[in-house]
Amino acid sequence: MRMMLWVVRVLLCFGLTAGTVYPAHADRPLQLAVASDLRFAMQDMIRAYNDKYPNYRVQLIFGSSGKLTTQIQHGAPYDILFAADIAFPERLVSAGLAAGDPEPYALGRLVLWSRHLPVESLGIETLEQPRVRRIAIAQPQHAPYGMRAQQALEKLGLWDTLSHKIVYAENIAQAAQMAQSGAVDVAIIAQALARSSGMQHRNYYLLDEALHEPLVQGFVVTIRGNTHPQLNDFLKFIQSSDAAVIKQRYGFGLISTLEARND
Amino acid sequence: MIELSGADWQAIQLTLKLCAYTTIILLCIATPIAWWLSGGRSPLRTFVQAIVALPLVLPPTVLGFYLLLVLGPEGLIGGTLESFGGRHLAFSFEGILFASVLYSMPFAVQPLYDSFSRLGRRPVDVAASLGAGPLDRFFTVVLPMCRGGFVVAATLSFAHTIGEFGVILMLGGSIPGETKVLSVLIYDHTEAMNYGAAHQLSLMLLVFSLLVLFTVYAINKRFEVVRI
Repeated sequence: MRMMLWVVRVLLCFGLTAGTVYPAHADRPLQLAVASDLRFAMQDMIRAYNDKYPNYRVQLIFGSSGKLTTQIQHGAPYDILFAADIAFPERLVSAGLAAGDPEPYALGRLVLWSRHLPVESLGIETLEQPRVRRIAIAQPQHAPYGMRAQQALEKLGLWDTLSHKIVYAENIAQAAQMAQSGAVDVAIIAQALARSSGMQHRNYYLLDEALHEPLVQGFVVTIRGNTHPQLNDFLKFIQSSDAAVIKQRYGFGLISTLEARND
Repeated sequence: MIELSGADWQAIQLTLKLCAYTTIILLCIATPIAWWLSGGRSPLRTFVQAIVALPLVLPPTVLGFYLLLVLGPEGLIGGTLESFGGRHLAFSFEGILFASVLYSMPFAVQPLYDSFSRLGRRPVDVAASLGAGPLDRFFTVVLPMCRGGFVVAATLSFAHTIGEFGVILMLGGSIPGETKVLSVLIYDHTEAMNYGAAHQLSLMLLVFSLLVLFTVYAINKRFEVVRI
C-alpha cells in the first residue's frame, strides 16, 4: 500500500497522470462545455472573469448542446454544461450525472440575417421574396434553434411554402456561416451570433418571441465539476450584474422576463 | 429486426446514386490524367500528381468550406454559372457530385497510375506500329491489360464516396433526397440521440463496405497475374 502511494506521488511529480488523477487542490482549469450560440458571449464573460480573478484558468469547449450532453454521458471531463436548451441539462440530471438542478440562464432569440438583403426593413417579408432561393436553419431534429425556427415558420404559415428552399445546417454556427459566406440568401440564427464582431455590421431582423417556445439557455454542474475549487466564485460571477450586461449586449433575454410573462 | 424509414431509404438511394455517378465520372477523368502522369518524369507531372493527392491531406470540412465559397452564388464557379443564367452549385446534388469527384480523385488516379506505369509504353507502341488507332489501342491493349487497375480505381472511388462526410456536411445543407446522404443521416440520427436508427444504418454500411473491399481485394489478387 505504501509502495502504491509512492508510485502515485512520483507519477504526480512528473505530471504523468495529468488529465486523469487530480488532487482536489491542484490548479486544474475549469472546463466548460458551451453551446455554439453562447460562444462569443461566453468568451467575453471569461475575459471579464479573468480580469476579476487573474489566477483562475478556464477552458471552453464548444459544440452543439446535444453533442456535448452525449459526451458528458460518456465520460467527457467537463465541469459545467451550458446548453442552448435547458432540456439537455435536465437529461444529465435524469442520467444521474449532474450535481444539482439545471439553472435557467438566459433566453435565446432568433433573428433573420442576410448578407445582401435589407432584412431590417423587409422583416418577415424577406423570406417570401422571389430572389430568396435558399434559407438556412439549424437541423430541427437536434438543434434547439433549428426546432424554434421551424416552429416560427409554421406559426407564420410559411413552413409548407418555403420548405423547398430550406437547407439544414448541423448547428446554429454553421447556419450563420452559410449566410455570411453568401451561400444562402437568408439564415435564421441566434441573435447572439448576429451580434458577434464578425457579423454585426450587417443588419438583422428580430423575430417575435411569441412565434416559438422560449429558448431557455440552461446550465448544470456535473458530478465532476461539483468539487472544483473555482466553482463557487464562477457561479457567483455568471449570475452577477457584470455577466448580465454581457448577456444583454449579445441580445439574450433575461430569465426574469420569462418569469414575469408566466406569472 | 431491421426497420428502415422512408428517409433512410431515400438516403441510401441518394448515396448509391452519388457513388455511381462519381465513379463513372472519375474513370473518365482519371484515365487520361493517370496515363499522362505515367508517361515519364517531369516537374510539371510531379506537380500535377501532388495537386491530385491534395484531398488526401486537406481536412474535409476545410475543403467543404472552400468549395462552398467557390460553388456558391458569389463564388468563381457558382457566380460564373449564374451569370450565364444557370444555377449555382451549393446545396445541390450537382454540387456534392462535383465535390465527390474532386475528393475521391486520388483514389481513382493512383491505382490507374500504378497500373499504367507497370504496363509501360511498349505494348501500346507495338500495337501502334501494327497499325492500331488510338481508340483501338486503348480498348484492345490498355483496358484488358490494366483491368485490375480499373477495377481497383472504380471500387475505391465508389467506396470512398460512401464514406464521404465532412465535405458534404459543409456543402450539402442536408436536404432530403438532394444532399442528405447516408453518412450525414447517420450523424443526424446520433445527434438527435436516435441511437437505434443510427446503429442499424451503421451496421448496414459496415457490412456493405466490408463486402465491397473484400471483393476488390479478391479481384485484385486474380488480376495480379496480368503483368508484363
